[in-house]
Amino acid sequence: MAVTSMIGARIQRREDPKLITGHGNFIDDVNLVNMAHMSVVRSPHAHARIRSIDTSAALAAPGVVAVLTAADFKGVFLGPLPVTNSFVADKKQVPEQFPIAAEEAAYAGEPVAVVIAEDRYVADDAAQLVAVDYEPLPAVMDLEKAMAPGSPLVKSDRPDNIGWDAAFPAGDIDAAFAEADVVLKQRIGQQRLFPTAMETRGCVADYIPYDNRCTLWTSTQVPHFIRLFVGGALGVPESQFRVVSHDVGGGFGAKLRPYPEEYLATAASKITERPVKWIEDRTESLQATTQGRGQLYDVEVAAKRDGTLLGLKFTQLLDIGAYHGVFSAFQVVACLLGGGCYEWKAIHARSIGIFTNRMSTDPYRGAGRPEATHLVERIVDLVAREIGMDPAEVRRKNFIKSFPHTNNFGLVYDSGEYEKSLDRAMANIDYPALRKRQEELRGKGRYTGIGFSTYVEICGLGPSSATAPAAGIALVESSMVRVHPTGSVTVSVGTHAHGQSHETTFAQIVADTLGVPYDSVEIRHGDTGDTPFGYGTYGSRSLAVGGMAIMASCHKVVEKAKKLAAHAFEASEDDIVVDQGRYFVRGNPGEAKALAELAFASYGAGLPEGMEHGLEAVSYFDPPNFVWPFGCHICAVEVDPETGAVSIDRYVAVDDCGNVINPMVVDGQLHGGIAQGISQALFEEVRYDDETGHMLTGTMLDYLIPTMAEMPHFELDRTVTPSPTNELGVKGIGEAGTIASSIAVINAITDALAPFGIKHVEMPARPDRLWSMIKEARA
Amino acid sequence: MITAAFEYARPGSVDEAQSLLTKYGDDAKVIAGGQSLIPLMRLRLSQPTALIDIQGIPGLNEVRRDNGSVEIGALVRHVDIQRSATLRDTLPILVEMANDVGDNQVRNLGTIGGVIAHGDAAGDYNSLALMLDAEIITNRRRHQARDFFRDIFTTALDHDEVVTAVRFPIATGRFAYTKFRRRLYDWAIAGVAVQEVGSSWRVGYVNLARTPRRGASVERALAGGASAADAAAQSRSDIDPTGDVRATAEYKRHLAEVLTSRTLEKATMAA
Amino acid sequence: MTQPVALTINGRRREDHVEPRLLLVHYLREVAGLTGTHIACDTSQCGACTVLIDGEAVKSCSVFTVQAHGKQVTTIEGLATDGTLHPVQQAFWNEHGLQCGFCTPGFIMAAAYLLKQNPSPTDDEIERGLEGNLCRCTGYENIKKAVRSASAAMSGATAEPSAQLVGSAAAPVED
Repeated sequence: MAVTSMIGARIQRREDPKLITGHGNFIDDVNLVNMAHMSVVRSPHAHARIRSIDTSAALAAPGVVAVLTAADFKGVFLGPLPVTNSFVADKKQVPEQFPIAAEEAAYAGEPVAVVIAEDRYVADDAAQLVAVDYEPLPAVMDLEKAMAPGSPLVKSDRPDNIGWDAAFPAGDIDAAFAEADVVLKQRIGQQRLFPTAMETRGCVADYIPYDNRCTLWTSTQVPHFIRLFVGGALGVPESQFRVVSHDVGGGFGAKLRPYPEEYLATAASKITERPVKWIEDRTESLQATTQGRGQLYDVEVAAKRDGTLLGLKFTQLLDIGAYHGVFSAFQVVACLLGGGCYEWKAIHARSIGIFTNRMSTDPYRGAGRPEATHLVERIVDLVAREIGMDPAEVRRKNFIKSFPHTNNFGLVYDSGEYEKSLDRAMANIDYPALRKRQEELRGKGRYTGIGFSTYVEICGLGPSSATAPAAGIALVESSMVRVHPTGSVTVSVGTHAHGQSHETTFAQIVADTLGVPYDSVEIRHGDTGDTPFGYGTYGSRSLAVGGMAIMASCHKVVEKAKKLAAHAFEASEDDIVVDQGRYFVRGNPGEAKALAELAFASYGAGLPEGMEHGLEAVSYFDPPNFVWPFGCHICAVEVDPETGAVSIDRYVAVDDCGNVINPMVVDGQLHGGIAQGISQALFEEVRYDDETGHMLTGTMLDYLIPTMAEMPHFELDRTVTPSPTNELGVKGIGEAGTIASSIAVINAITDALAPFGIKHVEMPARPDRLWSMIKEARA
Repeated sequence: MITAAFEYARPGSVDEAQSLLTKYGDDAKVIAGGQSLIPLMRLRLSQPTALIDIQGIPGLNEVRRDNGSVEIGALVRHVDIQRSATLRDTLPILVEMANDVGDNQVRNLGTIGGVIAHGDAAGDYNSLALMLDAEIITNRRRHQARDFFRDIFTTALDHDEVVTAVRFPIATGRFAYTKFRRRLYDWAIAGVAVQEVGSSWRVGYVNLARTPRRGASVERALAGGASAADAAAQSRSDIDPTGDVRATAEYKRHLAEVLTSRTLEKATMAA
Repeated sequence: MTQPVALTINGRRREDHVEPRLLLVHYLREVAGLTGTHIACDTSQCGACTVLIDGEAVKSCSVFTVQAHGKQVTTIEGLATDGTLHPVQQAFWNEHGLQCGFCTPGFIMAAAYLLKQNPSPTDDEIERGLEGNLCRCTGYENIKKAVRSASAAMSGATAEPSAQLVGSAAAPVED
């Protein structure tokens, strides 16, 4: 095995030169000859019957190629949008969703017609000319009202508004509560969020008439998934359907499903016999791209006065939207992780998925784990406050301390050292000094607070032993490693980065594992014509699963190279030593062959008896378990009691994602992740009018993505506890920051407002919200 | 999104602009920097049939000081205000406001004339114009600021009228401006400007009613010797905020009072 | 109805006939074929479309092409000269100032403008200088670092890059 040199190095990204000079290749940069443009006519109503659609004026506009409604697509689509058959619920309703509404629109933004025109300006003009006669129907917006018998229906062909109802009981919950000195209840919200990748969605479909071949360029995290489903719906086999995704301008979970527009553009290309381009504008995006969170928790905790946590009961109400997101039910994982990094005697959780007349929710960075962390870390603080114990000490007392640890639901935490990260974070922020300062400032009428978040997350999705029973899929990952005759290496993978730096970090792994120069390794992803089937990039899985698939292929290549070396040296394979890509007979390192030489030989004459030519391998990796990153974040804030404005004074994080391939990239992932969690805590919320279902935050003027000025400096530190489940010892880092950070901020704010008797604060902690709470508390 | 189609003309003089406005009729609009107008057009909330681009008209981008007042051409951009030595000497509060308008990119295009003509209650300069009794000069006449801002996005401008300059009295006394917002480059949720003029104080409110507002009651209380905090309590009668996605009306009223008090304190401390 | 326009883009003069409503960003991307300038928000919030007009940063999604008639436009493609990256570009690379890279051209243009106006900005001035640009990946930490680093490089100081430049000859470093 090669001595590690590239792995762990802080290496400048090879993705960057094109991106910093304006030569990236994003979806709107794809242009084809004779290409037409699609504009989507969307329902302005949260819920309406479509009485009729008059396309004549639009069709008559100069430059319009076609105006298509559901009727025109009949017979083109063979099936509905996919929904993963997630977990076994006591009750489940999976209504079919077609890419375009025919008779009834169930959310504002649902496609009802498309205009295909010579350019996008003409297409947008003509879209305004499509006259749709709607009969508005009652909008179902409130989760609890939607659950009630007799509620108006989200769609009139459904029996009720319940998407699922699933119970997750673990342990004797009554016994746990019977032991309690303290029982506390809290309702905790998780507002809906726009993932807000800076690049909106978009696609270019090029269906070749009479040939049943198609290429679809799209901005996605999951090219193979798109091929499977869009190709399937149009009756184009994978062998004739190529999905290409070049540079992707962010995803955060919102680009991990096939969307209606990908079906519509492809079908429109087939119907019009033209390449068709669709680029989502931001206003559309806010309506028609999947949203995150949208949950409400009712939580009850039992604890002893000495700080021992006993039992946890909670119900997750999840706002599905009008239709299931492809992976919406994944967020139920919050139920299985609601216990966090603590020992509990029993946990009873229940998840109810509820349809509303809104856009679907689907995973957004963290997907279920930020919610679980927020819930348990909030509850631990409530217990600490109630019993008058330092929140750090309640955490310390209840931490899981030995690993592997099987949690209440049978999930096995691979490795951890929770106390170490807590101690490190407390030292880094100088906790005692901060508490002292808080005390002094309170005397002067200033309100500062300190908030903890000690988190553990599940990632590296996922072992088929777990995902197959739960969701009917095996989330394995793939690679192909091909060593060319003169030694350069092409690595094709089924994952697909959208900012995660795979082209750099995967090449670091390959360089070390094969012992070849980093520069000689090329990583390919995003093109199904060029890569083995893979499930894509989400759930912090690309390294722990995809990286391991790469390792597996590298090992196969090394094995074959050893055979080639043995043949060349006329030695036994057992006597061949491999050292940093040099192959030699034990005891004779002076006479070595580089991998490039062996590769050249592998394509030439005189191979060993029975050996095939070439030096390449394909591997699929099915991980034995999930991986479990963890850490401790501490946030220090000050709240202005007169305006309710919050300022973050310090943000300290100690994270542990196992072994690190490129520390610079890991830090970058944390920065962005933490920023998104802070942003949820303080700024972001999708708001709809509760009566009409009209969206109130329909532009980026009203949906608040913070600027540089609102973000604190992130003081990062790291512990390294390798995962024992994979050879690289790696976990995942894409989501950890977001999973940890929202509650660090909220706990800090709650701590700051403790003198007012305020025990709980909802997100986002808007100034007006905090001011109202302070005012009420003072009254 | 894409704007609706329109015709475009670039007059070389104010007279020509006026005749183009007459020619194209009611649905024509003047465009200068376009930093408020173009986003509205892209959302198709505004669909003018013609744009009269006054950028090329000479003489509208000057800042001139004369007896007791300073006249700022309509095409003077926010960035010009930020950099203007004349304004720093004659109307420093305007420079401070300009620093807080939008962002660099917006400040490089947006103009004071555009802000005035747009008549937005959230347009910072409008409240300053009102509280300092500025004069708005057009191709046809002079408006007193107090008569100019009529209703939400509605001014006293006639259809064929083009703002050519704004004339402010020179104000070099103590001042402060507080713009409360959640992100640095946002419009104000609430803004409060205070300026010492002679021995009295002027107070202006941004985004706290359908139009820019002057803090007349607060000014009277201050003139009567009230403390900053006591005077600030009068702000409620000077404003009439409505609730929106940013904040409730109640919160804005409270904010106005807190900010009035703080802004007055800041101005007096800044001496 | 189209209008004649003449613009100089990255030093090259172009003459075209365009619809008055053609946004400058669309002109750059679709007529001039310079796709480095991006569109991300529609409402002038995000700055991904930032270019320089006569040396001043503007959001090209909030400018009609006809308004830029007769002017000099610099896009991200015109920032590097003779194969040498602009110090801001180099600093974004060195400091991992980008992840997905979609907002990056706008940030680089806005930062280049900022440093031209103010070669040694304080952190507060960097925040104010880049308040018109949104990034969803980096949490801004490394963007700020990149601007500081570019500022140092432009003033002649040798900034130590956070990341190792890797070519075949460069030795990797341990964390």
